[in-house]
Amino acid sequence: MKAPSINTAKTASGIPALLKTACVNALIALVLFSLMVGVRTEAGSDGQLTYWTRFGEVASLVAAVFGGSIVLELLKQWIGPSGAEKLVPPAVRSGMSFVGSYLAPALLIFTLLVPVIFYDQRYILDLAILVLTYVMLGWGLNVVVGLAGLLDLGYVAFYAVGAYSYALLATNFGWSFWICLPLAGVLAAFWGVLLGFPVLRLRGDYLAIVTLAFGEIIRLVLINWREVTNGSAGISGIPKVSFFGLMTFNVSDPNYIAKVLHIATSSAYYKIFLYYLILGLCLLTAFVTIRLRRLPVGRAWEALREDEIACRSLGINTTTTKLTAFATGAMFGGFAGSFFAARQGFVSPESFVFLESAIILAIVVLGGMGSLVGIAVAAMVMIGGTEALRELDFLKQIFGPDFTPELYRMLLFGMAMVIVMLWKPRGFVGSREPTAFLKERRAVSSSFTKEGHG
Amino acid sequence: MNATTQMNDAILQVDHLSMKFGGLVAIGDLSFTARRGEITALIGPNGAGKTTVFNCITGFYKPSEGMITLNRADGSTYLLERLPNHEIPARAKVARTFQNIRLFSGMTLLENLLVAQHNKLMKASGYTVLGLFGFSGYRKASAESMELARHWLEKADLVDRADDPAGDLPYGAQRRLEIARAMCTGPELLCLDEPAAGLNPKESAALNELLMDIKHNTGTSILLIEHDMSVVMQISDHVVVLEYGRKISDGNPQSVRTDPRVIAAYLGVDDEEVETVLTEVGDEDVIEQLDIGPDAAHGPGTSSSYLAGPVTDTVGHSDGERVTVSKGASKAAQVDARAATVVSKPVAKPAAPAKPAAKAAPKKTAAKAPAAKAEGISNRLAAPRGGKADNLTRIKGIGTVNEKKLNEHGIFHFDQIGAWKKADVEAAEAYLAFDGRIAREEWVKQAKLLGRGKDTEFSRRVDAGKVATSHASAKTTGAAKPVSGKRGGGK
Repeated sequence: MKAPSINTAKTASGIPALLKTACVNALIALVLFSLMVGVRTEAGSDGQLTYWTRFGEVASLVAAVFGGSIVLELLKQWIGPSGAEKLVPPAVRSGMSFVGSYLAPALLIFTLLVPVIFYDQRYILDLAILVLTYVMLGWGLNVVVGLAGLLDLGYVAFYAVGAYSYALLATNFGWSFWICLPLAGVLAAFWGVLLGFPVLRLRGDYLAIVTLAFGEIIRLVLINWREVTNGSAGISGIPKVSFFGLMTFNVSDPNYIAKVLHIATSSAYYKIFLYYLILGLCLLTAFVTIRLRRLPVGRAWEALREDEIACRSLGINTTTTKLTAFATGAMFGGFAGSFFAARQGFVSPESFVFLESAIILAIVVLGGMGSLVGIAVAAMVMIGGTEALRELDFLKQIFGPDFTPELYRMLLFGMAMVIVMLWKPRGFVGSREPTAFLKERRAVSSSFTKEGHG
Repeated sequence: MNATTQMNDAILQVDHLSMKFGGLVAIGDLSFTARRGEITALIGPNGAGKTTVFNCITGFYKPSEGMITLNRADGSTYLLERLPNHEIPARAKVARTFQNIRLFSGMTLLENLLVAQHNKLMKASGYTVLGLFGFSGYRKASAESMELARHWLEKADLVDRADDPAGDLPYGAQRRLEIARAMCTGPELLCLDEPAAGLNPKESAALNELLMDIKHNTGTSILLIEHDMSVVMQISDHVVVLEYGRKISDGNPQSVRTDPRVIAAYLGVDDEEVETVLTEVGDEDVIEQLDIGPDAAHGPGTSSSYLAGPVTDTVGHSDGERVTVSKGASKAAQVDARAATVVSKPVAKPAAPAKPAAKAAPKKTAAKAPAAKAEGISNRLAAPRGGKADNLTRIKGIGTVNEKKLNEHGIFHFDQIGAWKKADVEAAEAYLAFDGRIAREEWVKQAKLLGRGKDTEFSRRVDAGKVATSHASAKTTGAAKPVSGKRGGGK
């Protein structure tokens, strides 16, 4: 898909080129769908092979691809990354920058008010907690991928370390969440350094593969070290978080929150508490990240992303700089993990598959590497969006009652991601905020920043 | 250029530096000194190994052999080849720039300069911990670093663009910014890799100004690689010329400019033109100058002038194992060879057996030779026996130039050298301006063997044509037509 799109970008106006691209895409679709859709096989009643052809469907699919690629090419000419600035009228642009500058505070106020607005809607609160967990994971990974430019495909391993740290310490020793939380962070950071050491010399694809393998190793250890982790069955009965030991959220406890505060018993309290807890953890992550960016270590991370050799020529110890990035990112992953364990009350290796790493990485890339606001928005879109796509019942009115919209959820989601990446190749917020300025703070355009080479 | 006497004001001393990549010899036994407070230029044609020298000095490569000593102003001394890469800027205070500019293009100019002050700020921020909690010590250090950054932005004439991304700057400004960034590390030695490459004359002049300002106002010594001769000649105090990883010249810009080896190396003259270049730029003095033995400070083999041992010798080419620069490749060596041949031509040309040596020598020297000098050598002959001189270049250590000189002194045959006593050796050494070289290279022993008609390892190579001599066929002991030896007439 990439090569033809580059061609058309150069000969943007030519109708023959447009048709050529569409024809090529239609041909590819024909080859793919002629077998995938065109022939349907099934085991017959006696076990024999029965098959029938569906050429009508193939034709309609190919036609759809043909028409779709023409529309897509035309769309790219309209809102393509190169021409976006020219086509958007200045009034709209200034409006967008106004919105952009107030987006972060508006989002923050909204997130603070979510439990107030939706106090009786447990589904929305649950979803909001999930989104915030991913926001925190995204911000944690952002330190490694977005700032230091080290492609980490095994981030979920630190999430797992954090989750199992709390699960094991709380179930075996009865330690409080508030003791286990920093411990989980420290343990995850320790594993981050441990991972960091062997991969220091690796860059780019090689680093990505080794980190991916590290994520799988952690998961396989969790599955197979049955004596400690209880294998695939996981650990259940993880205690709830208490309100700093003053109040608990178990109805049977003497210091149950409703008893202490003399209010009606409700399970919503714990949800609201969890919501503010993860929000607090998110804000801590954001605060630390923003502070670190303005400290020499944060600048060194970004410099490392831009040019490692130049860093060394300036006397920056790239080894420790990389290790601190790994450790800091892992620490936030560990915090998020222990929160996850506390919220679920149950952890199993199933929660820490590679797909989780991929989703977190997608959030970081989609949001714009290095940008906190962008990543928060991306987490909302990615996690909230997939959930929202469950609510597609209105499509039944269009396609008839036999239509099951849930089946098309991931398809729509994938399409949305492709469109976003075509429209904003460097993520929602591609520009970079400078960490210091002499006269005025001007965002650095994404065309100058580098993604890092691992 | 005596290294020992200038030990104290030498900021950087490179001794016998060699860098080999597999079989490729990028730098072969290079020695030079950069003096404190001076601008030392390292020049040479493309592929001469200049950037490799830089990479060795700044720790990006670990040299195969040799020692790089850096003497800081506070008296501490660092062996750069032993320091890890990032500690060279941090501890030894050596900063560098790159041939292909390496800025942090997505960071603003100011941020680029702040990153350069990393180590200082790291300490001030209590290795992040104190800084994270906003201690005042860090804020003060941060403000100071901003001031230093502003200072260097002003020097580089970039303060107006302080908040723009570095990648947005025009090329010349990026060069200046890279220098400003290097200066923000507070270096004592600044290594600039082709700072003027790709600059227009105006930008080049601005760069000169900046470098002179650094030299006069900061006390930072500068080592620079440059192709732009207007920069080199205007600002440098000392020039070292490399060709194929060896030093071919070393001195002030004026002397280097007139060095025929340098001119040949730079102009890349053809074989036929070498002589023209020589006659154009070099008179007798220059040619005589070529015959002076290697400077002690340069170490063995740094000069490719005669007897200094060509590249092939020091890097062990004799076994034919090493991949190295072909003999004909070095233009500077061609000049040496040519100079040697030009000088020895008068000796060699009268190949007719009947002609006496008196005619063989140039008129000037012919008069001098038998009469005045060489009183110390006992067994002189007026003319070669039978009118045919032995090919003395078959002795390792005697090149065509030495052969000519020996001939002038009435030494024509191996048995004459073979019969030398200690006094004779001393006399010959005095005349040839060598110290102990004849004894070290066992000329007498070699000559005895050759006189008996035997071969030495070296003479076999001469006979096989592996070593250029002034004699067409080395096996014949007659003075034959000169061969245009491409490399190192001396061996």
